Order: sequence, then C-alpha cells, then structure tokens
Amino acid sequence: MKLTGAEIFIECLKREGVKTVFALPGGVVLKIFDMLYQQKDLEIILTRHEQGAGHMAEGYAKATGKAGVCLVTSGPGMTNVITALADAYMDSVPLVCFSGQVPTNLIGNDAFQEADNVGLSRPCTKYNFLVKDVNDLAATIKEAFYIATTGRPGPVLVDIPKDVSMAKADFIYPNSVSIRGYNPVYVGNKWQIKQAAEAITKAKKPILYVGGGVVFSGASQELLELAEMTQIPVDMTLMGLGAFPGEHPLSMGMMGMHGTYQANMAVHYSDLVIAVGARFDDRVTGKVSEFCPYAKIIHIDIDPTSIRKNINVDIPIVGDCKAVLRELNQILRATVNGEQKELRKSWWDQIREWERDHPLTYHQEKDGPIKPQLVVKRLYELTKGRDPIVSTDVGQHQMWAAQYFKLAKPNRWLTSGGLGTMGFGFPAAMGAQAAFRDRLVLCIAGDGSIQMNMQEMATAVVSKLPVKIVILNNRFHGMVRQWQDLFYEGRYASSYLDTTPDFVKLAEAYGAVGLRPNKVADLDGVLKEAMATDKPVIVDVPTYPYENCYPMIPAGGCNHEMILEDPPELKKKQSQAGLVTPEDKDTVLTA
Amino acid sequence: MEHIISVTVENKFGVLSRIAGLFSGRGFNIESLSVAPTLDPSMSQMTIVTSGDERIIEQIVKQLNKLIDVIKVVDLNESDFVSRETALIKVHTRPEDRAEALRIADIFRANVIDSTPATYTIEVTGDPRKIEAVINLLQPLGIKELTRTGRVAVARESIRSVGVQARKIARE
Repeated sequence: MKLTGAEIFIECLKREGVKTVFALPGGVVLKIFDMLYQQKDLEIILTRHEQGAGHMAEGYAKATGKAGVCLVTSGPGMTNVITALADAYMDSVPLVCFSGQVPTNLIGNDAFQEADNVGLSRPCTKYNFLVKDVNDLAATIKEAFYIATTGRPGPVLVDIPKDVSMAKADFIYPNSVSIRGYNPVYVGNKWQIKQAAEAITKAKKPILYVGGGVVFSGASQELLELAEMTQIPVDMTLMGLGAFPGEHPLSMGMMGMHGTYQANMAVHYSDLVIAVGARFDDRVTGKVSEFCPYAKIIHIDIDPTSIRKNINVDIPIVGDCKAVLRELNQILRATVNGEQKELRKSWWDQIREWERDHPLTYHQEKDGPIKPQLVVKRLYELTKGRDPIVSTDVGQHQMWAAQYFKLAKPNRWLTSGGLGTMGFGFPAAMGAQAAFRDRLVLCIAGDGSIQMNMQEMATAVVSKLPVKIVILNNRFHGMVRQWQDLFYEGRYASSYLDTTPDFVKLAEAYGAVGLRPNKVADLDGVLKEAMATDKPVIVDVPTYPYENCYPMIPAGGCNHEMILEDPPELKKKQSQAGLVTPEDKDTVLTA
Repeated sequence: MEHIISVTVENKFGVLSRIAGLFSGRGFNIESLSVAPTLDPSMSQMTIVTSGDERIIEQIVKQLNKLIDVIKVVDLNESDFVSRETALIKVHTRPEDRAEALRIADIFRANVIDSTPATYTIEVTGDPRKIEAVINLLQPLGIKELTRTGRVAVARESIRSVGVQARKIARE
C-alpha cells in the first residue's frame, strides 16, 4: 500500500523510537500536522516560537542521550530555528530538525514564506537534506538520524517540500545505512593508547581535562575507574559537568574562565594533560601560547579536526571516549601499582594547598541583600536528594550554577556552552521535562536571559511541563556589567534592565506560579514551596546587583593568573554606592 | 606554502557550496578550484590549490574529510605529483604582430584555436610558470581576454622494481 509523504514521515519517526516532537505549524507543513493529529504514538508539544522548539529538542537530547526532534515551517519558521541549530552544532547535540519547504515547482521563485533552508542551515548543521522525491523520503530520514547520532553528534536538517509530503510512495524503511564519505572511527589506535598509558604511569603531575564528549559517549564509569585507579585529579569543562561526580575528592570542579582556582592552577602546572572529549576552547585555554606550558598532552576525541586545531598534541587518539578509556584502563590495570600514589604525593599536597588557600567564596550578610551564590548553593543542597536535571541560560548565573551545583551524574546538566545562547535554559528544561515527566527539572536563569524565550511559559503551562525556574534577578545583564566594571571603567552601556517585568505577576498571567523571597531568611522556605508545587514555577530572587563572578581569567589571559576578587577601586566604588537595590535608576547610573 | 589537494566528492547538488563554505567559513585560502566528473558518474573530482602553514593544511585536510559528501582527500604535496593548467588567450594582433604571435605560440607548443583578421585565440597548457611566461610575452601585443582553468593535478605513480611487482601480482 502506498503512503503519503506525511504518513511516511510519521512511520519513520516511530521506527526511530521518537516519542516527542517539538513543533510549530505553518502553511507548507499542514499535511504533516494533519497526519500527526490523527495518530496517538507521537506526542506533539506545540511551542510558541520555533527557537523554543529547537532548544526543547536539545534539552530532550542532552537529558536522554537520544536525538531530539523538532518540526518547523518554511521561511520564518526555519530562520527562527537557526539559533538552536547553531547551538546544537557547537555543543555536539544530536538533533533532527524537519522543516517545511514550498512545493518543488516553486523553489527558487521567491514564493510566499520561501527561504533557502538548506543554504541557510549549511554552516550550522552537521549535514542537511532537501528531499525532492517522496520515494527518497524514508531513506533520507534514516540517514538523518544515523548522521545526527553517530560519530561526533550534531544537528541534521531535513527539508520537505509541501508536494513531497502529499505525494504517495511505497514505504520501505532501510534496515541499515552506509554512506561512503562518512565512517566515524570509534576504536582508538592501540599503539597510541599504549603510549598514553605509559605516559600516565610515569607522570608526576597529571591532570584529566574532561569535556562534553564523555557525557555523550556515556564514558563516565570508565572515567571514574581511570581517575580512581591512577589517582589523577579531574578538571571538567562547562560541558563536561556531571561527567565526573562533583563531590568526589578527585574532582577539581570546573576549569576555564570562571573555573575554580585549583582546577586552573593544576592544569597550568601539570606535566601531563589528558584531554578526554574536549576541544581546547578559548574559554578553557586562555592564552593558547601559554596553556599548560610544562605538560605533555594526550588528546582523546572522536573528531579528528578537534585534534591539533588550537593546541599541539603529543599523543593524539581518535576514537570514542568510552572505547578508548576502556582500552586504556585495561592496560593500566596491569601496570598501575602503589608507586603512582607515592610519585604524585607532592602534586596532591600542592593541589590541596591551592584548594585550601582559594576556595570559592562569597560573603553573605545576614540582613543584607541576597547573594546569588547563596541561592544556587541552597538550591543545590535542598534538591540534591532528588537527583534533579538542571538547565541554565548564559551569563553570571550560569557560571555560579556551574561552580556551586555539584552534579553527581551525567545528562543532568543542560547549558549552552559553545554558542553561549541566552534564552536556551527554559526551553531546554522543558525538553528534558517532556522526556522525564516525573523528575525534578530546574532552570537557573538570569532576569535578562529568561526574557529571551519567556513566551514558552505558555507551552509549559499548556503541555504540563512543571519546570522550576529560579531567576537570579540582579536587574542587569550581569556578565556584561561585570566586564564593564572590570574593563570599561564602570560605564554601564545598555546593561541595566530596570525591574520590569514583575516576574511573579508574569508567571501568574500565564497560569503558572510566581514566588519571591525578599530576604535571606525567606529563601529556603520559598525554594521548598516551589519544589513542592506541581505546576511550572518562577522563583524571582532579587539578588545583590553588583556581585561579580570569580575566579576570572580575563579573555586571552593565562590560566594561573586569575582575578580572585573585585579590584580595590571597584570595591571602593561599590561601598560608596551602598548596598543599593537599584529601584532608583539614578543611583545605579551614577554609581 | 602552496598545497594542491585532490578531493573526491559525491556528484550531488550543493557539494561545491559545502566545500566553498568550509573554506570561507574557516578563513582558508582558495587560489584555484576545478571540478569535473570522474569515470564513475556518481563522483566528482576536485583539485583545490590552497596555501597555509603545516597546521592549516592539516586542518584543511581534516575538515574536508569531515564533510559527509567528501569521499577521499589527498594532499598531493605529500608525494610527487604532476599538475597542468590550460589558458585561453585572445591576443589583439596588428598585421605586423601576427607573425610574432605565432612564433611565441610555437615556442611554447601552444595552439592557435581561433583566428580573425585582428585576433588570435591561443590555447596553452602547462605548469603555471609556463602559462605566466606566455602571458608575459603576449602582453606587449595586447591581450583582449584571458581565461584560465585553474590547476588539475595527479600524483605520480611510484616506480617499483619488476621483482616487487611480480610478487605482488602473484599474491593477488
């Protein structure tokens, strides 16, 4: 029996095990929506903006490890979802995005809501397809899922013209895919792994530098075994958080621009850096020429282009983190003995000293304004028993979340790393909640970034996705303000946002719950109340507006040269301004 | 340093723009690029002339390999290769220059492929230095139009001694 393109689309998604599609309709995809309306197997989550659909699919993918799926219309639908595709491409998130296209006979005619979807998405997808013949549709969708989820994962776009979704063809779903130009390498070179094992056994000051690749390849167990067996400290990148238990004694926490003191010092002074599923991003390396100057570098990554892109590597190993670490552990098990512990004693003494001398600090006055760090810390302490999934937007709150929310397991951390997309957090949290209806999903946001996808609150309420949003509301684009304070002599150009909107009322307007602790003493109670609510909640926490995020390595600086606190002149300025909560705009602008 | 990279790709629409997009998006140079189908009509062969230091060339090769439509990448500079380029040069010729134009063509074993009372169109094939030389010599006569193909290149086959070849054949 012949099926229409729209029916084939649905059959293919079912075969791929898709449960949820984040979607927003439009003229050229109506046939597909009409068929989706008449079936029961796939859940459609109707978003209010296509960017939201894209980020929800990302959140779904990051939390489940499976490909997230979104469906948008042509023209503006496609251009709206581009940010999410670019975000997924930077952070290697498996995503399959379906876009509608004008009928094939109109392509290139500047038809209504026409855009060159394949051309627009080419630089921000792993691969993309325009399906011109309904007979190719099933095979194309199979290839799309295969490409998105294998090798280094990434977003794939499938552009389906209206006439293709309506035309009929026999449904034949291929069992396997073979693409001659695409053969990801999973198994690492044995000789190289042996070299790596030898270097690890000999190293006096080794450090593991762990990125998002460990999370995606599911190599956390192997990593834990490696670290414990060899007693090597573990630095995590922003994307790698959760790959290694945050409270484990070997964990150094996050490294990089706002990483912990010990993490950055350890990487700088190490004699062997073992990079696993990480890509030496500029936010981690700082000044490339002075990145870990004393170290030999082992780099394990599935993407050959990551190796030697920014940093020269001594022992490159192309392969899947899980497979390579497993092999490495096997060799090390035979060679590692008590000697390493002795060999690395002075290294550990040094690390513990760094930890002791410069822990993460903030100062909370009992009756003073609420410090953002305290909010994250309390949120962590109050919820960690429930193994929550945590998403963030981008900015100061993201860094504080990364520093203070010590995740125990992978796939709990949804954040936009590479592209730094404000507005990512809330929809991503909803995507994760759609995958795990019973779990606690938190979104730590700033008052600036939450407004970038606020419209999705309607989706959260209607689709019953009870995400708990905690806004660290400093009435600023906080990270911008921090840079302005440190590098632009405190001129707050376009970073002050004032106190609009009233997020509590806004939540209520959407039919969600809004709460606000006004002082430190209220904080725990309000957070507990929010966690006990079965609806979406916004907790709007007014925080001290001038708090800065430290440690900080200025862009292009060296990893061992961190700014650890506000410079004296800045402190002076802040004390003169008093502990203002800038209800009065003039106070802020002259501060 | 200049490198010639030979790339075998899927013969599909959009592949050229993926390659061109890769070079422009990552700031790599393209000095010339030529594309044509191979013996197998489902594949095309590209010859890309580019330049950069060792690390950039390594990235170019890796990034090309990463493209899903790319089947094979060979940096021809890694071994010996031969390369050729063709130029079509339309020369303006006054009556007193026509013999000189033919003489120059003759010296470089170039062909005259079209002729009018006031012009010759000369076809010349060779390595870029040869083409530059012809152009330089023809310039005083007055070049009306010039079009070049960009380089194509192929690796030299390594020469094996007969004995080795025989063993290989026997094994196969």
